[in-house]
Amino acid sequence: MPGAIYAEGLVKTFGKVRALDGVDLDVPEGTVLGLLGPNGAGKTTAVRVLTTLLRPDSGRAVVAGIDVLKHPNDVRHVIGLSGQFAAVDEYLTGRENLQMVGQLYQLSSRDAKARAAELLERFNLTEAGDRTAKTYSGGMRRRLDLAAALVVSPPVMFMDEPTTGLDPRNRQALWGIMQELVAGGTTLLLTTQYLEEADQLAHDICVVDHGRVIARGTSDQLKAQTGGERVEVVVHDRDHLGTATEVLRGFGKGGTSVESHTRKVTVPVTGGAKLLAEVIRELDARGIEIDDIGLRRPTLDDVFISLTGHAAEREAESDGDPEPAGGPGTTTSDGEVAK
Amino acid sequence: MSTTSTSTARRAVPPPAHGGLVQAARDSLVIAKRNLIRMTRIPEIVLFGLIQPIMFVVLFAYVFGGAIPVPGEPGNDAADYREYLMAGIFAQTVTFATAGAGAGIAEDMHKGLVDRFRSLPMSRGAVLTGRTLADLVQTTLTVVVLVIVALIIGWRAHEGIPKAVGAIALLLLLGYAFSWIGALIGLSVRTPEAATSGGLIWFFPLTFISNAFVPTGNMPTFLQHVADWNPFSATVLACRQLFGNPDGLPSDAWPMEHPVLASVLWSVVIIALFRTLAVRKYRSAAT
Repeated sequence: MPGAIYAEGLVKTFGKVRALDGVDLDVPEGTVLGLLGPNGAGKTTAVRVLTTLLRPDSGRAVVAGIDVLKHPNDVRHVIGLSGQFAAVDEYLTGRENLQMVGQLYQLSSRDAKARAAELLERFNLTEAGDRTAKTYSGGMRRRLDLAAALVVSPPVMFMDEPTTGLDPRNRQALWGIMQELVAGGTTLLLTTQYLEEADQLAHDICVVDHGRVIARGTSDQLKAQTGGERVEVVVHDRDHLGTATEVLRGFGKGGTSVESHTRKVTVPVTGGAKLLAEVIRELDARGIEIDDIGLRRPTLDDVFISLTGHAAEREAESDGDPEPAGGPGTTTSDGEVAK
Repeated sequence: MSTTSTSTARRAVPPPAHGGLVQAARDSLVIAKRNLIRMTRIPEIVLFGLIQPIMFVVLFAYVFGGAIPVPGEPGNDAADYREYLMAGIFAQTVTFATAGAGAGIAEDMHKGLVDRFRSLPMSRGAVLTGRTLADLVQTTLTVVVLVIVALIIGWRAHEGIPKAVGAIALLLLLGYAFSWIGALIGLSVRTPEAATSGGLIWFFPLTFISNAFVPTGNMPTFLQHVADWNPFSATVLACRQLFGNPDGLPSDAWPMEHPVLASVLWSVVIIALFRTLAVRKYRSAAT
């Protein structure tokens, strides 16, 4: 039985670029799928296909039991989309924005009005409701955008990098709202670049790269692949990279990774802040001047290193790199995380 | 137990309430209202839209006026040229709405609003129709102001109110047609800035290679043919005749012999063609 969001063999090419290269998804009703991947991995393209904005070259997609390609307009009645940009009209007030979206969802103007007031209240925007969205902060705009996506309480929601560019407080607030939605039975597909976000919200995670799902599993399964905290050091002088790597290897619980153009060395560790102090002392003792040092949680890059043995391509397009990250490595062709 | 059917049944999902045309009209009005609200929030745009044609009136009427003779007018003075000129300025003004529609729609694309609209269960043409309708309101306002300015500098409509109103209707129809060209440009470019300049590259040749500002009799033969068949010229000549202004002795090309009919036909053809292209482009719009 297909889930609330179901996709099979989605392919979409733009010129020579295979933005989607055979993506399968299955999201059970009332759960959250996190689609994790770097810029240009195909996350947004997948969302655009599933929300009827883009026709795939081949493949099949079903949302809430409705065939996306055969009955796109019926799908639009049961989905909400909150995109990468807060897609609100900045010269309209918050209230006017929500009323307009309500009417375009074919609510009567009275219902649209009532619903707008309700949503402003729920998203803590009542006070700002009659100011133009231009005057809103980034966090308020995102909330308004999300409110617009929820006008008809759609059973299936798509959120494309909803927290990109938000400060931690607003990010937390948005996470709270998403958790509420899911608790209420909404099925949510969320794309993100942040492992932490997927970790907080998603029941299942699909890691995508170059238009393919290269791994899928729960966040625990993926984290088991990735390891814990890392120490990251940026040395001042490129000549010191080698020595610094050697030092870090001594503290590390895994392979170091070196980025010579940013003069950065990273190594997985256990031991937290105390260990960080020791690393600093040791580097200092060896006379290595550092520009930056920090302890950080695993990032998407770390997942990629762990899954594929090389760093994620951050650029939107990597034309000089014919071998995509899904190649020979720790994933099997059907995308299960190798145990 | 089917997970999907319960999910749709549990929520109140409004079914398409009414037929296609009613919904299209309602959606278009919702979007038109949105664009009109925007205009009241950015009055500069409306204001600049007014200043430009007024500047053109002053420049042409008083700077070039005395130097451009109007064939067929015995007195051949600047006052004749002012009478001759006004229909051209009117037509140029209404078609300038092209740039506004283009920039507005390009901005909606750029800011992700078109994606939002396309994900809603709304009529496919409504975003564009709503925009062009709002532009028509703005154009009407501009024309009213311009008529007042024209009356102040001594222009008159000599054939009575009904014909003058008919001329203005032809102008507004042309302006509406051109805003569909703007809509297509807006959907085809990447930024609002590109839409503005893209809307102007062809705009000046189109308006200048016509009878709008100078009689076509002195143009090289090739340009004269272009000018005669320019949609712009038909409307301008139709207005001159309906206003009872000097017509500068037009040629005997078909549109110049039947300017009112030609003006309507051109506008209808432009709307049919560019609306079809623009709506098709909108359906597959990629940001």
